[in-house]
Amino acid sequence: MIEIKSLHKSFGALKVLKGVDLQIPKGKTTAILGRSGTGKSVLLKHIIGLISPDRGKVWIDGVDITRLGDKDLNEIRKKFGMLFQEAALFDSMNVGENVAFPLREHTRLREENISSIVAHKLEQVGLPGQEGKMPAELSGGMKRRVGLARALALDPEIVLFDEPTTGLDPPMAEAIENLIIETQRRLGETFVVITHNITTAFHIAHKIAMLHEGRIVVEGSPRAFRRSSHPEVRAFMAREAEKEVQG
Amino acid sequence: MVKLWKIINLVGEEVVGYVKEMGSMLLLLLDTIRWSIYPPFRLDLLFQQMEGVGVKSILVVVLTGAFAGMVLALQSFHATRQFGAETFVGVTVALSMTRELGPVLTSFMVTGRAGSAMAAEIGTMRVTEQIDALSAMAVNPIKYLIVPRVLASIVVVPILTIIADFVGIVGGYFVGVTLLGINAGAFVANMEKYVGLNDIYHGLIKAAVFGLILSVIGCYKGYSTTGGAEGVGKATTQSVVLATITILMANYLLTAAMF
Repeated sequence: MIEIKSLHKSFGALKVLKGVDLQIPKGKTTAILGRSGTGKSVLLKHIIGLISPDRGKVWIDGVDITRLGDKDLNEIRKKFGMLFQEAALFDSMNVGENVAFPLREHTRLREENISSIVAHKLEQVGLPGQEGKMPAELSGGMKRRVGLARALALDPEIVLFDEPTTGLDPPMAEAIENLIIETQRRLGETFVVITHNITTAFHIAHKIAMLHEGRIVVEGSPRAFRRSSHPEVRAFMAREAEKEVQG
Repeated sequence: MVKLWKIINLVGEEVVGYVKEMGSMLLLLLDTIRWSIYPPFRLDLLFQQMEGVGVKSILVVVLTGAFAGMVLALQSFHATRQFGAETFVGVTVALSMTRELGPVLTSFMVTGRAGSAMAAEIGTMRVTEQIDALSAMAVNPIKYLIVPRVLASIVVVPILTIIADFVGIVGGYFVGVTLLGINAGAFVANMEKYVGLNDIYHGLIKAAVFGLILSVIGCYKGYSTTGGAEGVGKATTQSVVLATITILMANYLLTAAMF
């Protein structure tokens, strides 16, 4: 389980997180919803220790990672996989090398075993046999699939997704959402998804938390979330309804 | 009065910014030293960088060294001819190349070719979150990206300097002896008499320091890049300008200390 307590973070004079409290349940998908620029990515990067907070704690399975040194933090990070917003594939490596990267860095597996794991992971994300392609040759959706394969390479306990559907056309966004749902069901791991898209949140999440003005203002199941009277939630719901009418 | 305050304020901000940057660069250097001591030692990455920084710079260093040696011979021939000391052309070329031009020109060429590439590559990785991805995968980016580049530069710039020294002296010989007709025996004998091994060693120590400077600046500028593609462009330009100036300043200090 991930537990965040009273997390504060400022960049210069800009206060981004003003006391975030959140519990992320094990083995479920939690979506953190909020407008662009509300600090969702900053919150996500705190969970994996890429950013240190000014104040507050982040517990991963009972360990406060805000107090850890580089070496211990790296041990904790091996529990994680992360899919970045634009996938952050290493552009000097091909698809196969990207997916193999964590395996080569953290395991002593033989090359033939690594190749078969890579092939299996790529098959799971719907890109079988694409090992030889370079990231520059891939579309946005394909990059994210490869990014997901890389994030899952070490069979992590927790997978973080930073805006997995942003910038994709609706069918591709839905395909990625379905892939996330299917993968979570198959593996039963803890997924944390950052999104500004309420449709995505409702589609994939067991729990939704809304980040607004540096705090979590509403959290609960999608059903409870729909019933919330918080003005920010209502504003998101109204926009979704508008889109449905237009659609 | 208000204008004066504004000027003082601006100058102060610039100075503080510069000091902060120097501090950050020093911290990065300390981190690099720390991570270069911790195992595992990544020889594969080191050799890869030695190829990128060294092998691929050989042609440009050979050309620079050859023409520098040739023009030195030409200029010193015209100067020494006036008092009949043409046979000292070889000494002039060899001393200038080994003590100054070899290490300085080589490190300039490597800065332009490899130092700028370090800033651009690492800067692009920074703005596209590839560096965060490395950290997220429990791989320390300083150990993975910066340590091999810095170590490779410290090893490779002196080797390239030896090549530049040699080619420069050969170029000087070609112009002095073959084209201008200086006596070959006297040309070489004077060179042997007046150029000591210390001249070469000191030049190589300089080259190693310049390798450290150009790689740390290139990596730092890339690592601290912000602001997308424009930021990468700025970082690359700044790395070349700053490394070139710092190398010249360090050259003076090292010369004053060693010779």
